[in-house]
Amino acid sequence: MSTTQTRQPALLGTSGLVFLGVLVAAAVLVPILNLAISPDSAVHVPTYVVSLLGKYLTYALLALSVDLIWGYVGILSLGQGAFFALGGYAMGMYLMRQIGTRGVYGDPVLPDFMVFLNWKELPWFWYGFDWFPFAALMVLLAPGILALVFGWFAFRSRVTGVYLSIITQAMTFALLLAFFRNDMGFGGNNGLTDFKDILGFNIQSDGTRIVLFVLSALALGLGYLLCRFLVRSHFGKVLVAIRDAETRVRFTGYRAENYKLVAFVASAMLAGIAGALYVPQVGIINPSEFSPANSIEIIVWVAVGGRGTLVGAALGAVLVNYAKTYFTSGMLAPYWLFMLGGLFVAVTLFLPKGIVGTFYEWRARRRERDDIPGESPGELPGEPPLAEPKPAA
Amino acid sequence: MTFSARLRRLAGGLLLTLFAFCAGPGTEQAMAQGSSAPDISAPLAQLANDNYGDTEAALGALALSGSPAAAGVVAALADGKLVFSTSPRQVYIRGDAGLIDPLTMQPVADAPAVKPVRVNNRIRRAIDAANGALSLVSPDPAKRMEAANAVGRSRDEAALPALDVALAKEADPKVKSAMTLARASIVIGKEGISPAERIAAVDLVAAEGNQEALAILRSVPASAAPEVKQAAAAAIDAIERNLAMWSMAQNVWYGLSLGSVLLLAAIGLAITFGVMGVINMAHGEMVMLGAYTTFVVQELIRTYNPALFDLSLIIAIPLAFVFTGLIGIIIERTVIRFLYGRALETLLATWGISLILQQAIRTLFGPTNREVGAPSWMSGSFEIGQLSITYGRLWIIVFAILVFVALLATLRLTRIGLEMRAVTQNRRMAASMGIRTNWVDAATFGLGSGIAGMAGVALSQIDNVSPNLGQSYIIDSFLVVVFGGVGNLWGTLVGAMSLGVANKLLEPYAGAVLGKIALLVIVILFIQKRPRGLFALKGRSIEA
Repeated sequence: MSTTQTRQPALLGTSGLVFLGVLVAAAVLVPILNLAISPDSAVHVPTYVVSLLGKYLTYALLALSVDLIWGYVGILSLGQGAFFALGGYAMGMYLMRQIGTRGVYGDPVLPDFMVFLNWKELPWFWYGFDWFPFAALMVLLAPGILALVFGWFAFRSRVTGVYLSIITQAMTFALLLAFFRNDMGFGGNNGLTDFKDILGFNIQSDGTRIVLFVLSALALGLGYLLCRFLVRSHFGKVLVAIRDAETRVRFTGYRAENYKLVAFVASAMLAGIAGALYVPQVGIINPSEFSPANSIEIIVWVAVGGRGTLVGAALGAVLVNYAKTYFTSGMLAPYWLFMLGGLFVAVTLFLPKGIVGTFYEWRARRRERDDIPGESPGELPGEPPLAEPKPAA
Repeated sequence: MTFSARLRRLAGGLLLTLFAFCAGPGTEQAMAQGSSAPDISAPLAQLANDNYGDTEAALGALALSGSPAAAGVVAALADGKLVFSTSPRQVYIRGDAGLIDPLTMQPVADAPAVKPVRVNNRIRRAIDAANGALSLVSPDPAKRMEAANAVGRSRDEAALPALDVALAKEADPKVKSAMTLARASIVIGKEGISPAERIAAVDLVAAEGNQEALAILRSVPASAAPEVKQAAAAAIDAIERNLAMWSMAQNVWYGLSLGSVLLLAAIGLAITFGVMGVINMAHGEMVMLGAYTTFVVQELIRTYNPALFDLSLIIAIPLAFVFTGLIGIIIERTVIRFLYGRALETLLATWGISLILQQAIRTLFGPTNREVGAPSWMSGSFEIGQLSITYGRLWIIVFAILVFVALLATLRLTRIGLEMRAVTQNRRMAASMGIRTNWVDAATFGLGSGIAGMAGVALSQIDNVSPNLGQSYIIDSFLVVVFGGVGNLWGTLVGAMSLGVANKLLEPYAGAVLGKIALLVIVILFIQKRPRGLFALKGRSIEA
């Protein structure tokens, strides 16, 4: 951080404006191209593409949540997928309860898998999920409370760096094992699926899909604004300071653990919202969402787009997932993992600041050369080096 | 397994045998004859009558006679080679050359006209019975032992007379005690036994102290005297306590076995992660490459020189070390060396490498499990008390310890080990002293990867060799290293063993999955208590 209190960066820099502009344009154009254009037209967007785009947007929101803690607080969580999945499960439980008697077994209360397991009554933790506001609250609370408890323990005992990464990975792995169990009451291996409708609307219909897409775009936009607001506030500056020199921040009299905890919980809740929007669009949530590999993949989206840039995280998520869809659906499928693996290596070696980070650097250098005074770069001044201090032996 | 199957078959046969045997009317006669004189002339005369009743009675008498000749007679009867002449009324065995006298086993000079002794189904059953009883007095002690154990297991009261005869003759102390035990197990459940004798039997059985003894003691009839029941109850208590201890010991053994697997998987990581600060997510894939090296070695051996199969693992170990070590050095030189000081980013890059390696193996060998055989010296098991120990697990533990000791020695005693420690402690100072830190880094990474490869050879014996092999170990390995304390090999040893044992001790109470979850939670909580692991390196820096 620069020591002199010079310019307060604007809430929205150029890139932020471009990002939100693209998002609004997508939210307006995609529904029009889907509904108003005849299916024969070249520019018609089929409904499956709408859902696919909606899925990318939820991934972008998830990436944003990772960037908030990784890019700005230096917490590399390898368990972010767990918060995403918990939000997804909360939504999935609501959707299961909406099936009602339309399930295979036609039980008015119990979801199919419980009838199949010969359960007689609904477990207590399923109570209330037939009521949407409660489910929506749980989408926030389930990941939020887990993050609060986990973070409270971890940050208070100053578990940092690699150690934190590894125990977050252990956390999501433990949840993966737990949700695989049939006895847990979350559908075991198969998870929750066969959803019928959401708030009374058929979940398969074009209209619902469009609304979910627009909602995803809205959530991403709001999530971006929230993160942006957080990181440019005084609070956000403390976060960046913690990332760069936690001990010094503590010596200056800040309770570093509390700052980290707030950021961690906020990030978990964002991830939960992303999960809740993801589930109705893909139509299933199962324990594999908890797998540690998934969480690592999220980190890569952020790294590709540019850590600590917010916009980059969202961009990275969309780009990597578009590439994944493109490559895994064609004849190149066997090479996708080579691609993804190569991408990991290439980005860390050649593009350590990611696409957007590299672009900022290039722009900043050009401005310096052209010596344009006054114009704020729009981003946090002086992006600090990404290097982690090497563990002292 | 084949041994126990054989025993079971024998026990079954003997049961049938003894049942038929008890029906035979020759019992009292045989009892009267006792053990002193293995004189079988009377039953032989009976056989010569060629009357089913007499034949059966004679078989009963032969069974209890304990005479070495009796077995030959019974066998000849079974084969239809037992013949008799009417004048004089006498039986012979039809040999290849002519008739043989069953008592002397000498050829008969002037052979009379003979007819075979007739056999029907009832007689065949009696033959089986006699064979069973005769095996209790067989000249071969191993056979007698088997027979005694089988009788003890069957607990058939009808076997008592034969057992008594055999006991009286028995000279081998081991076989004798087996027979005494068998007799006691029968006596405990039998009606009309004096309390003193029953208590003696209870004591004898209780001394065995295993599951079978427990079952026998539980069968003390309700009609038994109170002091007998009391003795039995006390013995049952003692045995149950004892068995609980053994089962605990068995779980600890399983735990040590799992711990040694974790140690093998984690110890290479402890070097790359602990010494170099590199989070090598491709470590699991090094283990996988080691396992595939074993597979390739075995395939080559199967094709070119099957005789060497038992040595395949011994051959694979150095090859796996060299191969994965080279791969490790290549990775270090091309990727990792640009990322020193950026620990979290090595995580991403090595994760990418792990994906590439997995997919490469999937492309080369296919996604399915590959068959890796076990050499003969790794199959089978033996027992210590109530502990069952398989050779495979035992060798893996031995191997893990050897690898640990070798690594420790390398770090302590060799030049390269010294340099590695120097670089770990103070990279710049070490460089100033003339140590080529670049070279040390590459060697360290190669060493860590090579050890992972050797772990793969061992793991190919107990796990599926598939492209996903490494994935299942990477999380556990990291937990072990973090739990034990980074940068300390002893910590890794203690961490691996305690996690392994804790896992197996939790399993009986919580089940495999819940036990694993509980363990993960315990480790997460433990890290809160000691954020630097069990054996943290003490240093003056406040920020690690």
